[in-house]
Amino acid sequence: MDDFLAARSQMAVSLGFHIIFSCVGMVMPFLMAFSHYKYLRTKDEVYKGLTKAWSKGVAILFATGAVSGTMLSFELGLLWPRFMEHAGPIFGMPFSLEGTAFFIEAIAIGFFLYGWEKFNKWFHWFCGVVVGVSGLASGILVVAANAWMNSPAGFDYVNGKYLNIDPIKAMFNDAWFPQAFHMTVAAFAATGFAVAGIHALMVLKKRNVSFHTKAFRISAGFAVIGALLAPISGDIAAKSVAKRQPVKLAAMEAHFETEKGASFVIGGIPDEKNEQIKYAIKVPKLLSFLAWGDFDAEVKGLKDFPKDHWPPVAVVHYAFQIMIFFGSVMMIIGLIYLIANFWKREWLDKSWYLKTFVAAIPFGYIALEAGWTVTEVGRQPWIIYGIMKTIDAVTPMPGIQYSFYFFTLVFISLSLIIIFLLLRQIKMVPKLYDPTDPNYNPKNKTL
Amino acid sequence: MIYVVIAFLWVSICLYVITGGADFGAGIIELFSKKTYREKTKKIISKSIAPIWEANHMWLIIAVVILFVGFPTIYTTVSTYLHIPVVLMLIGIIARGTAFTFRNYDAVDDSWQKIYTQIFYYSSLLTPFFLGIIAAATISGSIDTEAKDFLGLYIFSWLNPFGICVGFFTVSLCAYLASLFSLHEARFSDALPIMVKKARETAIYVVATGILVFLSAQYSDIPLLKWIFSKALGIVVITLATISLLFTNEAIKKKQFLLVRAFGGFQIIMILVAATYQHNPNIILFANGTHLSLFDESAAPKTIAALGWALVLGSIFILPFLFYLLISFGDQSRKSKANRKPIERS
Repeated sequence: MDDFLAARSQMAVSLGFHIIFSCVGMVMPFLMAFSHYKYLRTKDEVYKGLTKAWSKGVAILFATGAVSGTMLSFELGLLWPRFMEHAGPIFGMPFSLEGTAFFIEAIAIGFFLYGWEKFNKWFHWFCGVVVGVSGLASGILVVAANAWMNSPAGFDYVNGKYLNIDPIKAMFNDAWFPQAFHMTVAAFAATGFAVAGIHALMVLKKRNVSFHTKAFRISAGFAVIGALLAPISGDIAAKSVAKRQPVKLAAMEAHFETEKGASFVIGGIPDEKNEQIKYAIKVPKLLSFLAWGDFDAEVKGLKDFPKDHWPPVAVVHYAFQIMIFFGSVMMIIGLIYLIANFWKREWLDKSWYLKTFVAAIPFGYIALEAGWTVTEVGRQPWIIYGIMKTIDAVTPMPGIQYSFYFFTLVFISLSLIIIFLLLRQIKMVPKLYDPTDPNYNPKNKTL
Repeated sequence: MIYVVIAFLWVSICLYVITGGADFGAGIIELFSKKTYREKTKKIISKSIAPIWEANHMWLIIAVVILFVGFPTIYTTVSTYLHIPVVLMLIGIIARGTAFTFRNYDAVDDSWQKIYTQIFYYSSLLTPFFLGIIAAATISGSIDTEAKDFLGLYIFSWLNPFGICVGFFTVSLCAYLASLFSLHEARFSDALPIMVKKARETAIYVVATGILVFLSAQYSDIPLLKWIFSKALGIVVITLATISLLFTNEAIKKKQFLLVRAFGGFQIIMILVAATYQHNPNIILFANGTHLSLFDESAAPKTIAALGWALVLGSIFILPFLFYLLISFGDQSRKSKANRKPIERS
């Protein structure tokens, strides 16, 4: 494995895991705060137990997200020093603000976890909300930095020099809003579905049914809001890509020929050598409409760009298809949820209804990872779109593959431990979190 | 504004060394505790650091962000030539952070705890050791950008007697800090005499490894003595640190443990002043005699201004909360003694 590939793989693995950790860390606090709110309003002790159970999940994921985030802040320099040397001062603004948001989150988590019975109950509740809001803010700010790589702004690039640097302009680049909006929505959908599915499974297994039903209802609600907003935010993101990075859009759709009234390609096998796509379903004129809001608009094809500016077409295309597929499935589940809640309440207790959510546990995260693959691989061969190539940014240090193997091992074991810990939290629900259970006997009532 | 940014960089490094260092030290002390006292030490230490540990490690992130936004060349130099120790330190940080969380938040209390605890111990040792090595490498002129081979560029840039001695010194310093800090938590516990003994022992280690640092500097032709004692400030801070060492001992005798904490922090700050003042603003000294200065390598003025404002506003926002957090939880031991039975691990 050559060093460049190893560096890219290490970055991909680190980000791939960090995205999951931080999305859970971003959304779980809202679930927790919602359940806490229900408790404060209804005085139902089950909600209190649920809040505590979820708060442990938040604590575990926050800590892991914090360490993987710390790692990434170093890895940027360890793997891409030439990039950071120039980009740091330009796109660093959101990072310095994120520091504040993250700090507030850490403080609020301390207050929340250790503050039961200690503070005014609404102040305590507010701390939980602050955890969520600041977590979300961190996420949105970090996405601003990534968006800058897709849509560089806030400097003039003259003869290889970066002049007239304006970090504020760089932060408010064109890609920020579409990317951050889509990301936030996706985080809610992914985490919502994962959490809802786990609790649905427990209801199906008839364990602490009232506890898990409450948990399921709350998390499914968040999941569905995300799933239904995702197509809208996705559309905004796609239109923004069409304008800023036409070659990425072309790769997403394996769209080789520039044409008016371009058709939307579903599935298929892209053949980069012969510049065509085989076995695909084509919906006439839809791509033009989705990209430009006009059925007859011209969509640039890959052939209009020099081949060394193409991203790996197949990877981007497949990833995009996967994202669209799972996104659509989640949207359909969202519609079923709405129908069940507003018109067909008898569905709510049907086992197929719960089983659908159980099946959907990984869907959101698959879509999320696929979406990030589209964004990141679709940006290649550039690390700063149109300015600096990824290969020119890599560290001169040899032997990166060992670091890649090692970090991969670390992340995999970290994830296994987290899964193991969360499973144990679920197993302990009767004893620690569900006050209606006969075995309820928490050792420590203050935590 | 550049001064504001540098001040923040310095303060966050200081705070990281003090709070994070005490945090690492906690693990180190536990590791070297006799088995019979381990449970007790663990309880005291977990009580004193659990609510604030996440905040402790934020300082490192702040320092890194300041470096890569404000002083990108310095950041990339460190991450290129000191790639290996940085990775090793990161491994320590990851393993430690997660093991500590798992130790505290795992729902079931069983033999897995032993594994988390082992990881926690050894990573507590590893992290400050490499932190020390990295710090030593930046100022000892061991980074040789003109070296021709892998060993010269990426290994001997940090692996040398001086670096290793500074690593050991940092480890002892952490243990010393932790033992001073936990005295306050232990003051009603019957473990107090053990903790006091620990504080004395670790103080001896600090002095011993400190002497090693000077010896190895002499051996490697690093003019450490000259740096520190050639200017008045260097002499003053070293004298103050030594005097406060005596005061610390007095304060321990008089059981003024909050004062002990203050002295501990003060000593660290003095050591950091001594280590950084002399070649300020040059933050990295290379083998060929050139250096990277905080002033010459700073980013564009607009970036520095934006960074400075972000830091100032951020701290105005954060400090009251942080302070409230510390006073809310800092004095748990007394409250729990008075109001209810001591907090158990959940």
